[in-house]
Amino acid sequence: MNYHWNWGVFGEQVKAGEETYLDWLITGLGWTLAVSLAAWLLALLIGIAVGALRTAPSRPIALLGTAWVELFRNIPLLVQMFLWFFVVPEFLPPDWGLWVKQEMPAKEFATAALCLGFFTSARVAEQVRAGIGSLPRGQRDAALALGLTLPQAYRHVILPQALRIVIPPLTSEFMNVFKNSSIAFAIGVMELTFQARQMQEDSEQGIETYLAVTLLYFICAFTANRGMAWIEARTRVPGLIARTS
Amino acid sequence: MHRRLSTTLFLVLLAVPAFAQDSGTLKKIRDSGGITLGIRESSYPLSYLDEKQQPIGYHIDICNRIVDAVKAKLKLPALKVTHQAVTSQNRIPLVSNGTVDLECGSTTNNEARQKQVAFAPTTFVTNVRMAVKKASGIQSLGQLGGKPVATTTGTTSVQLMRAHEKGKGIDFKEVYGKDHADSFLMLETDRAVAFVMDDNLLAGLIATSKAPNNYAIVGEVLSIEPIAIMLRRGDPEFKKLVDDTVKGLMKKGEIDKLYARWFMSPIPPRQVNLNFPKSELLKFLIESPSDAPAESY
Repeated sequence: MNYHWNWGVFGEQVKAGEETYLDWLITGLGWTLAVSLAAWLLALLIGIAVGALRTAPSRPIALLGTAWVELFRNIPLLVQMFLWFFVVPEFLPPDWGLWVKQEMPAKEFATAALCLGFFTSARVAEQVRAGIGSLPRGQRDAALALGLTLPQAYRHVILPQALRIVIPPLTSEFMNVFKNSSIAFAIGVMELTFQARQMQEDSEQGIETYLAVTLLYFICAFTANRGMAWIEARTRVPGLIARTS
Repeated sequence: MHRRLSTTLFLVLLAVPAFAQDSGTLKKIRDSGGITLGIRESSYPLSYLDEKQQPIGYHIDICNRIVDAVKAKLKLPALKVTHQAVTSQNRIPLVSNGTVDLECGSTTNNEARQKQVAFAPTTFVTNVRMAVKKASGIQSLGQLGGKPVATTTGTTSVQLMRAHEKGKGIDFKEVYGKDHADSFLMLETDRAVAFVMDDNLLAGLIATSKAPNNYAIVGEVLSIEPIAIMLRRGDPEFKKLVDDTVKGLMKKGEIDKLYARWFMSPIPPRQVNLNFPKSELLKFLIESPSDAPAESY
């Protein structure tokens, strides 16, 4: 292949500015982490709530949870990004719409974190529901028989067990958040993929750029994996789930 | 396990240069009986697809002349011509790895790219300017302070805007579309008050928009960029054939006819006329052809 390799490119200065390409990638990594962690926090909070709602004895409440899940998991993530960014502001009153489009601070970041958070919350909700469903029926009945109210039963008996059971699939979701955050480049968040495209265009060293970005994404996802494994080990209740590893 | 993995990796790495070894584009064309042209899908009017999804445009016409010259030189009248769509992101890797023999798109010839590829003599010159809504009353970059300005990720315009920002002490909020259509949508929906890009692309986007009369291309020129057909680097034989063909078109005045056909008359798909006269620099470069990079202007 007729390719001009240059591994020193990361230390070189960008064409218009004092910073180096490495600075660009570090900025990108920062935004990737910010979008991913904000989205994950949102996804966990909403996901656990919606997952619990879906197992509620009241049918309308359970339906509400189902509607949320189906809305957000049946539309491609990229389309959702565009919907929040280009379509939703058009339905606001004109003054608000213009504010959202031009004045709102960190508008790309906020849109991306919200969108990715909602999308992931639907997936988290399904896993939480599966976890609750895997508990023996007697757990809920016993809690109620002891005189706990239904919310108390969820808070002290059902969710603590269900969440422990679903840590392995939640680990995959947490890793997915980092990888899915790359789609945020499409609405102009200056995250890793965005910076990679800029760097490739500016330096014409595409192969080195994408190899470096691949490594950074891998490190993010793998760190998430190890972190969740640590939580899994720390929260394990002896005898509740069989040891598999 | 580890040893086997590293052995496999080693063998793979050994094999890569072996099958990608270069030995001249003309030899490659003669051996395979075909030539692959890289084309763009929406770089009006240089290289784009018509209603039948066939590549057309100013650079496609010029490339077809080069293909004719290759046929004559190799005495291969039945040479098979394949079209491969390329993007801003993959065009340079595809040319350097041999997938595409000749890229007929809208590529700026600059120093960084000359490290990877070679360019034919400049056949078009674009000025980086901005498109605005006429109603906004914006005439100059100086009026953009504190306002959102759109451009497309992965293009040179981003750096130009930053450089200009630093130089003039203007602080505008950059917003990024993932392609030109997205960036134009930002201007259309008021997410941005201006869109900074090559003026021929802006003219094309405006001409094909819903309300062409609402937009104008205004303001100072941020950069002058020579646009050229791209080929592999380090292949003097093929480069000479391409250069001679393009210079021939320029000497015989044929390039002026091609220019008039694509820039000064109605073109498909909507039969709009871009009305885009030749710049002084392009006139000069047709008089005395050159493949010098953007940095030299």
